[in-house]
Amino acid sequence: MGFRRRKWEERVFRVLMAASTFIVLGSLLMILGTVVIKALPALNLDMITRTPEGGFYLGKAGGIKNAILGSLYLASGATLLAVLLSLPIALYINTYSMRSKAWAVQVRFFLDVLWGVPSIVYGAFGFIVMTLLGMRASLLAGILTVALLELPIMARAMDEVIRLVPSALIDASASLGASRLQTALRVVLRQSLPGILTAMLIAFGRGIGDAASVLFTAGFTDHVPTSLTQPAATLSLAIFFQLGSPIPEVRARAYASAAVLTLIILLVSLAARALSRKLRKHIIP
Amino acid sequence: MRLLSALPGLLVGCILLGLLLKSRGVLSMQPLSRLLFSTAWKPLKGQFGLLAFLSGTLWVTLAAMILAVPISLLTAVYLSEFAPRFLRGLAKPLIDLLAGIPSVVFGVWGVLLIVPFVARIAPLFGAYSSGYSVLAGAIVLAIMIFPTIILVSLEVFTAVSRDLRDASLALGATRWETVKHVVLRKGAQGLIAAVVLGFSRAFGETMAVLMVVGNVARLPHSLFDPAYPLPALIVNHYGEMMSIPQTESALMFSALVLLLIVFVFNFAARLILTRVERRIQ
Amino acid sequence: MNNSSHLRIRNLSISFGDQQVLKNVSLDVADRRITVIVGPSGCGKTTLLKSLNRLLDSVDDVHISGHIFVDDDDIYDPKVEVTRVRKKMGLLSQKPQVLPMSIFDNIAYGPRLHGVRNRKALAAIVERELHAAGLWDEVKDRLHAPAARLSVGQQQRLCLARGLAVEPEIILGDEPTSALDPQSSRIVEERLIALKADYTVIVVTHILRQARRIADDIAFLYLGELVEHGPASEIFAAPRDPRTRSYFSGEIS
Repeated sequence: MGFRRRKWEERVFRVLMAASTFIVLGSLLMILGTVVIKALPALNLDMITRTPEGGFYLGKAGGIKNAILGSLYLASGATLLAVLLSLPIALYINTYSMRSKAWAVQVRFFLDVLWGVPSIVYGAFGFIVMTLLGMRASLLAGILTVALLELPIMARAMDEVIRLVPSALIDASASLGASRLQTALRVVLRQSLPGILTAMLIAFGRGIGDAASVLFTAGFTDHVPTSLTQPAATLSLAIFFQLGSPIPEVRARAYASAAVLTLIILLVSLAARALSRKLRKHIIP
Repeated sequence: MRLLSALPGLLVGCILLGLLLKSRGVLSMQPLSRLLFSTAWKPLKGQFGLLAFLSGTLWVTLAAMILAVPISLLTAVYLSEFAPRFLRGLAKPLIDLLAGIPSVVFGVWGVLLIVPFVARIAPLFGAYSSGYSVLAGAIVLAIMIFPTIILVSLEVFTAVSRDLRDASLALGATRWETVKHVVLRKGAQGLIAAVVLGFSRAFGETMAVLMVVGNVARLPHSLFDPAYPLPALIVNHYGEMMSIPQTESALMFSALVLLLIVFVFNFAARLILTRVERRIQ
Repeated sequence: MNNSSHLRIRNLSISFGDQQVLKNVSLDVADRRITVIVGPSGCGKTTLLKSLNRLLDSVDDVHISGHIFVDDDDIYDPKVEVTRVRKKMGLLSQKPQVLPMSIFDNIAYGPRLHGVRNRKALAAIVERELHAAGLWDEVKDRLHAPAARLSVGQQQRLCLARGLAVEPEIILGDEPTSALDPQSSRIVEERLIALKADYTVIVVTHILRQARRIADDIAFLYLGELVEHGPASEIFAAPRDPRTRSYFSGEIS
């Protein structure tokens, strides 16, 4: 093959590769740009501080305070619940289970399976449990479902961080006479705390943005929920329900919800990144 | 604590069991073959043929893969082998950000930009379309799975040792030839796993696709036809779950089918990836 | 230093970021002799070797100054086509790097890139180089088996054959036997000695006994500086620099 032809082939592919990268990064900019452009006229103080009046779908006045607070309550509750479950699991498979490696492998396998479950299936399952327990569409039901969604994401992220704690460190603590629980809590937690917080943030970001899991379980309402048994509006569903409305004010609420939701996720993502950079400084190699 | 660590396994079992039990209703009414292979979806008459929805999902997912795989792989190769260092550092967080954008936001963007775009280009191909189509769903879905394929592929390329690339370069190969004959070949299995993972993610994706794909329960015959993917079916009919008998059962069955398909693909991808990892060690 | 120099290094300085790895190295490498570069780990030997076929080009943050002349052409001249430079040199890495293909395809890889398409011509090249590397008898019946199935020693000889297939003038070896068992090491050393009749060989090693066995000329590198160099017999018998003496006596390694 002539040398000129080889060079030419490389040049062609370089162009294709650069174009592809441009498409990928360009899509991101397009999406963010569209959200900003559409939402900017809609975002004002009123929008954030008022709830929709006259019904979220048909009412003209009001804002998205119901959805903002609903989402925050729901995602926070779900993340908290998920932490209470994920952290012990992640700790267990890395410390206690050191001897029975097979068990840890099994747990990781099932976490992997859960990780791949589509959120609509979590929604369907949440609905089944909800009706089984006699619950109605409510903040609590939503929290339980989203906690299930967040569990594998959080547990896996925590697992990866805790795994990095060198076993020598754990052995050293154990040899000093600490019981297994003390070892786990003091040594491992402190070493991996930034990573654990990052895992929580990542899971929170995923949970707050999801619509399919809360569709059946959290309901929707104009009001800010004041108790766990009340239905809760979410930003994601606010977008979904209000986007197709014939009334422009309602549509504006959908765009505003999209902007607020994207902004929250952006902030969470930045915080997670900043934390993981801190993590790299404090790790004992 | 040991009990808690059994939770993931228990959950998987409960989800499968719960969906299966709830599906009993519709399974007892119609044989499995009719459920899966009939296009007759008439809940009021007790007919729950899912073929149109399975077909819709397949059309959209395959079209999305055809768009996403080349672009993702080319991007991953570029970032890994050719891009200047600053671009690599800049691109990864941006791709992570793309991965974090919620499905409904993609849906908004799709409705605002992609649907009119498809409506405008359809006549160029001799078709008429409202814009709500397989193609619109495929474009939006493709962008959603870019990060999945790219990030896994980047990991695969990182695992190929620098010395191997040097060996090829030392023989007088250009950088592209090294990528073509050595890096891609060495990473082939991992790349297949990345694509399979992307496929599985695309299959289960619900909201964004639902918002742009038209939701008409007919077998699509072209990219410009509307479609009705399985996840969209579950979302759109959940209101009727309480009113029309056996609808809930049919929807739960759909969820079960979705879960099993996704499960199989994920499992296959994980298997390939762990084998690749083990070979490197 | 007798006969012509095949490769001349002049004032070569290389740094990665802030760290300077090679300081002003100048060296003449004689034609058709084995030149061995020795020195303690971290002294810059591998960097020096990799600079000879411009493998450092794509490393982030690398800064190279100085000249390397191969037969009077400066290989770092910006107008030079780098693949042509690399074709003149064959590289043996420390850990055998077999390409993910069959034994036949590994050796045919280079020639195919450079335009040889004819099946018979390729087969002839493969056979010739496998003989040169001393591997023919062991693999002649399974040329199309994956190269990864060979033992480590066989893989390294395969890499040697592969490097010879592009008809280089210079063979570069980066600790070529350190990953091999003693018997394979011996075979590779024998091959290199046999090859010096037709090629210029430059080997980097940290095994002094190996240097004694194969070197015609020796260059001692310490902390990035070329301390001394010359015919192996002279340098080993009477090293001039105290650092060289310390290294040979084992005090620094």
